[in-house]
Amino acid sequence: MCMSVPRYWRERAYRYRLVGTECLSCGRRYYPPRRVCPVCHSRNLVEVKLPERGVVVTYTIIRSPPRGYEKYAPYAIAVVELLDGTKVLAQLTDIDLSEVEIGMEVEAVFRKIREDGEEGIIEYGVKFRPRLTGH
Amino acid sequence: MREVAIVGIGYTKIGELWERSLRDLFVEASLRALEDAGIDDVDALYVGNMMSGTLQEQEHLGALLAGYIGHPGIAAAKIEAACASGGVSLHQAYMAVASGLYDVVLAGGVEKMTDRLTPDVTFSLAMADDMEYTIYSGVTFVGLNALVYRLYMHKYGVKQEDIANFAVLMHENAVNTPHARFRRRVKLEDVLRSPLIADPIHLLECAPISDGAAVLVLTTLERAKKLTDTPIVIRASAVATDYLSIYERDDMLSLRATVLASRKAYKQAKLEPKDINVLEVHDAFTILGILALEDLGFAERGRGAVLVKEGEIAPDGRVPTNTMGGLKARGHPVGATGIYQAIDAILQLRGDAGKNQVPNAENALLQSTGGVGGTVAIHILSRAD
Amino acid sequence: MRTASDVGIVGYGAYIPMYRIKAKEIARIWNVVQVPIEEKSVVGLDEDSITMAVEAAKNALKRANIDPRDIGSVRLGTESKPYAVKPSATIVAEVLGITPNTLAADLEFACKAGTEGLQSSIALVASGMVRYALAIGVDTAQGRPKDALEYTAGCGAAAYILSTKSHETLAYIEGSHSYVTDTPDFWRREGRFYPMHTGRFTGEPAYFKHIINAAKGLMEELGLKATDFNYAVFHQPNVKFPLTAARRLGFNMDQVKPGLLCDRIGNTYAAAMLIGLANILDMAKPGERILAVSFGSGAGSDAFSIVVQDAIEARRDLAPKVADYLGRRKYLDYAKYLIHRGKIRMR
Repeated sequence: MCMSVPRYWRERAYRYRLVGTECLSCGRRYYPPRRVCPVCHSRNLVEVKLPERGVVVTYTIIRSPPRGYEKYAPYAIAVVELLDGTKVLAQLTDIDLSEVEIGMEVEAVFRKIREDGEEGIIEYGVKFRPRLTGH
Repeated sequence: MREVAIVGIGYTKIGELWERSLRDLFVEASLRALEDAGIDDVDALYVGNMMSGTLQEQEHLGALLAGYIGHPGIAAAKIEAACASGGVSLHQAYMAVASGLYDVVLAGGVEKMTDRLTPDVTFSLAMADDMEYTIYSGVTFVGLNALVYRLYMHKYGVKQEDIANFAVLMHENAVNTPHARFRRRVKLEDVLRSPLIADPIHLLECAPISDGAAVLVLTTLERAKKLTDTPIVIRASAVATDYLSIYERDDMLSLRATVLASRKAYKQAKLEPKDINVLEVHDAFTILGILALEDLGFAERGRGAVLVKEGEIAPDGRVPTNTMGGLKARGHPVGATGIYQAIDAILQLRGDAGKNQVPNAENALLQSTGGVGGTVAIHILSRAD
Repeated sequence: MRTASDVGIVGYGAYIPMYRIKAKEIARIWNVVQVPIEEKSVVGLDEDSITMAVEAAKNALKRANIDPRDIGSVRLGTESKPYAVKPSATIVAEVLGITPNTLAADLEFACKAGTEGLQSSIALVASGMVRYALAIGVDTAQGRPKDALEYTAGCGAAAYILSTKSHETLAYIEGSHSYVTDTPDFWRREGRFYPMHTGRFTGEPAYFKHIINAAKGLMEELGLKATDFNYAVFHQPNVKFPLTAARRLGFNMDQVKPGLLCDRIGNTYAAAMLIGLANILDMAKPGERILAVSFGSGAGSDAFSIVVQDAIEARRDLAPKVADYLGRRKYLDYAKYLIHRGKIRMR
């Protein structure tokens, strides 16, 4: 089950590039992006490219997937704390499910998320994989 | 503000009710509640429901159901706060009576889930979280709770069996509950051997997909005393919210909405955790039951499972919890669950709880949780005598 | 062909998915004894030409260390577009932050689509139309089950960012030569899933004729001979063809080996020569000269003479190298391979 095309398209920058927002008053960062800082209530937030590296804070293996994700199941989902402390949630890819562990270093990659059947749109986004090299 | 009491309860059995439609279920529960109250003058109806739109392709439940319960014309609306829809529906009904606007209000909840295949229900339940970002990843609602579960074990060094034990107790409690979905015992090894749904959560740690409807009749305490010998007074009604997705929170191991709403509720009721004789927590997954015990102030952080292990939450324990089987075994027809929690507590407060009766139950606390704590409704109910 | 102003590579990057299947595993299924290569690369379930292009281009951007908005052209050459109609290049440009003030287009010329992108990028840069141009060759090549191509049809991507020659140039393109005829050695009709090929006709009149004429044309134009080059890399549909072409052109094994990866990743089609070239750039010393010749069925070849510059030493470690991807391997059995390549109907 895919979302409508305009809805997918509208958020593409945030989904494709891991762009969040930063509060210029208190310095907190948010992903997904926000217009109001819920901590200091400042409205002075700007878009910021988030780091593409981080560590797994916690994870699960999805074995009973929702509609649209059956093809990839079972797959790992992790909360990843990026190098700047921002937390995001994403699928892990290019990994044996038995290798996933809390504290492992991961990096963002651009991958297919869902497909609307064989005729519809292909939805892409960010996943994380074990860090490839020291780069 | 006027004091508000519950004078009638009505509910259906919870289960895979193939022959019953959403409206059948709600009408049955409503009529029973009105019969139980002994009145038929209704001013307003709130229907807790999460997924009628996606699973039944039916919205506008307020007007639909008001007509089918025989009261076209009354004020009515669907209340949606994911799995807390029932609790928030009760909160709305409470405010309506307390404010003086309406005298008799139905607080109901209904969910018809089993008409659809599991992947569709899974997708629909996931709408409790942020579809644009969080759910887009492919995480399920079970998966979000599994993330918390794994982190909890990692941080506190708690073993899975101690958390999974919660499910064993729920099944034990449900054996004596006529309206429960699962009236059978399970062993800890059954739970841990059941299929993994989202590691580390096993199937038997999850509340089952179920159909059901439950309704409460609310009126002023003043009128309630004329209607019944056992009015149940609503001592507190509080709702709080949190960041919808767990990764947006600084602390993923505490549901802040539970903490906020329960502190408000204790203050309203002028009660403390030690005064609570019956506890109804939202154990959609075993880990949520454990976290609730901590966030409501019954256990230290990381120590919730100890209460379970030491028998403290059994019907004869210090904090009898989910004495009718909780979401796990009584069942979790999502939008109705918050109302079923109230009903199970009222059965205790009225002394109608049968074999699982808690002696001298005076005060009950209900926790209705939406999403992974995005919304929490807390109610404290007491015997009015 | 030479340009009015000198053009060079300022960034390059490759990508090879982590999955592999041994050619012997495919042979086991079909009871075949001899296999053309050791193993080939296979995409993950969530990968396609677009995602692979993104990673290769990201690596190129890391090495170029430029603002993506300064890129004025994205050329994506592939014969495995996820969308038959709708440019893949716009998606890649969006992900990399190159949009919106840029050219973007997909190119098709079988396995030569990637170097067609390189050629047009050279022209765009040399003409002054754009400051930086990104050219990508990528494919998730499909081989019909039991066909000879099944053993070699691999997956990979390589990306090059070009600009006018400066101290930032990693490798200078001193000239190119293109050679094209109408030769139907391999094709895929509109709407069909698998390509057709003409067996041995793909050899002499197709691969060898075009590769050798393009290379000879270039060497004559530049006044260079085989011994003037430190490396030579050719399109590599298998191991035998590029070695034969090299020998006929007068190159020895030492010149060819660093760019010949077919044995380990298969034929990555539009990316094949370009990944080989990236592997050479990962190790070449400043001043060394590379002959790079693509081949696309249908048919044609682009030959380039490339001279490595000093700047490469400081830049090559800014992104994962081809060797990093070659070292990351997870083997699939044939059943898993069928799932990865979408050959089992799930709906």
